[in-house]
Amino acid sequence: MISIQGLQKSFGPLEVIKNVDLEIEQGKVVVIIGPSGSGKSTLLRCLNVLETPNGGIISIDGQQLDFNKPVSKKAIAAFRRLTGMVFQSYNLFPHLTATGNVTEGLTTVKGLSKNEAGEIAEQLIVKVGLAEHKEKYPYQLSGGQQQRVAIARALAMDPKVMLFDEPTSALDPELVNEVLRVMKDLAQEGMTMAVVTHEMKFAQEVADEVIFIDDGVIVERGAPAQIFTNPQHERTKRFLSLLQ
Amino acid sequence: MYLNSFVLTPERIQRLQEIASTSIGPLIEGAIKFTIPLAIISFIIGLTIAIFTALARISSSNILRAVARVYVSIIRGTPLLVQLFIIFYGLPTIGIIIDPFPSAVIGFSLNVGAYASEIIRAAILSIPKGQWEAAYSIGMNYSQALRKIVLPQAARVSVPPLSNSFIGLVKDTSLAAMILVAEMFRKAQEIASMNYEFLFVYSMAALIYWVICFILSIIQGRIEGRLDRFVGKSGGLS
Repeated sequence: MISIQGLQKSFGPLEVIKNVDLEIEQGKVVVIIGPSGSGKSTLLRCLNVLETPNGGIISIDGQQLDFNKPVSKKAIAAFRRLTGMVFQSYNLFPHLTATGNVTEGLTTVKGLSKNEAGEIAEQLIVKVGLAEHKEKYPYQLSGGQQQRVAIARALAMDPKVMLFDEPTSALDPELVNEVLRVMKDLAQEGMTMAVVTHEMKFAQEVADEVIFIDDGVIVERGAPAQIFTNPQHERTKRFLSLLQ
Repeated sequence: MYLNSFVLTPERIQRLQEIASTSIGPLIEGAIKFTIPLAIISFIIGLTIAIFTALARISSSNILRAVARVYVSIIRGTPLLVQLFIIFYGLPTIGIIIDPFPSAVIGFSLNVGAYASEIIRAAILSIPKGQWEAAYSIGMNYSQALRKIVLPQAARVSVPPLSNSFIGLVKDTSLAAMILVAEMFRKAQEIASMNYEFLFVYSMAALIYWVICFILSIIQGRIEGRLDRFVGKSGGLS
């Protein structure tokens, strides 16, 4: 489903992603962990080209972008539709209701009628458990509710892959589970997911694979049981011990 | 008689009442036929110029940025009255003859365009980067993200300063009197030059300007209220 080859990304002189290769199979949930500044969010943001890589090839669902050559804006926009993104700070559109947030992409990008978009939004908002809040504006919703709207907004575009960039890091502790539950449901439905998170319990329960990134390289990858109970690398051990 | 104008004898009060009743019509006619249309038309054209200028100022193209910056610099760095004189009295010498009203529209539009572009630029820049990213992440392109996500939010931020600009513009239209537009202030000049009641007639004109601006500030409050519906009582964007 996702294939990354030789991915490189620098911010000025700072090399954040150093020649990363990665494959993610269809229907798999991959959790990316690592210290702050390790490049894990940047890796995720490269997947939908919110950061433009300096080199490397990314392909998703058979569509390929080769960043060793100039890439057109049109190709990037088309490529972005393959992925749905959920941000740490939700980034809901504050001038639109929960329903409006979900329908906006459907009407503006996909050209659906208001009614068609409304029906899809209705289903998704029920799916994330916010039926009674659908006409509220983001400021009227809790962080957990906002993040669930953000998930519905991303799902509305019918992405092949869902990307989660620390989706629960900005939430109060008691609101984390409602978001994780929606993510678990998605995983069970067979959605391909790449999740950057500090929720190790979620990783243990849901992930098919855990990837530990440090200093812009994939240090270690494996099944959650292996990474969490029997890490091979010194850096992985140190990182995990700091989380205990 | 006008030399004794500060002495309010019964005859004098009656004379002022007569002047008031005969001149209020022409003054309001000048306001309705010229002052208000001039302000509204110029503001709409000016806002359009301002949006494109603001986008040019924040674009990645060096040429667009430079053109926009020079335009804003020239308009802001020269007096409005001088700009109007160049358009109406200056351009005919190189064969470009424009009637008074269109000349005024051109001058005021260019002026609003420059000043409002700075307001709109600041408003666009005040919208968090995450809003652009969220728009892009659901597949929007630049212009969709701008029209559907960023400008509606920027509009809310820019209503108070743009209202200021508009109220300023309404008052500035009095400068059009200098290029022969028969707007309210020119009417006032004509009336006063016939009856010599400068203080009284110009004060009447001032009062009408004030009433118009007062109404505008009420409308501004309404618009702000409407646009505020998506923010909490704290006033911050969540």
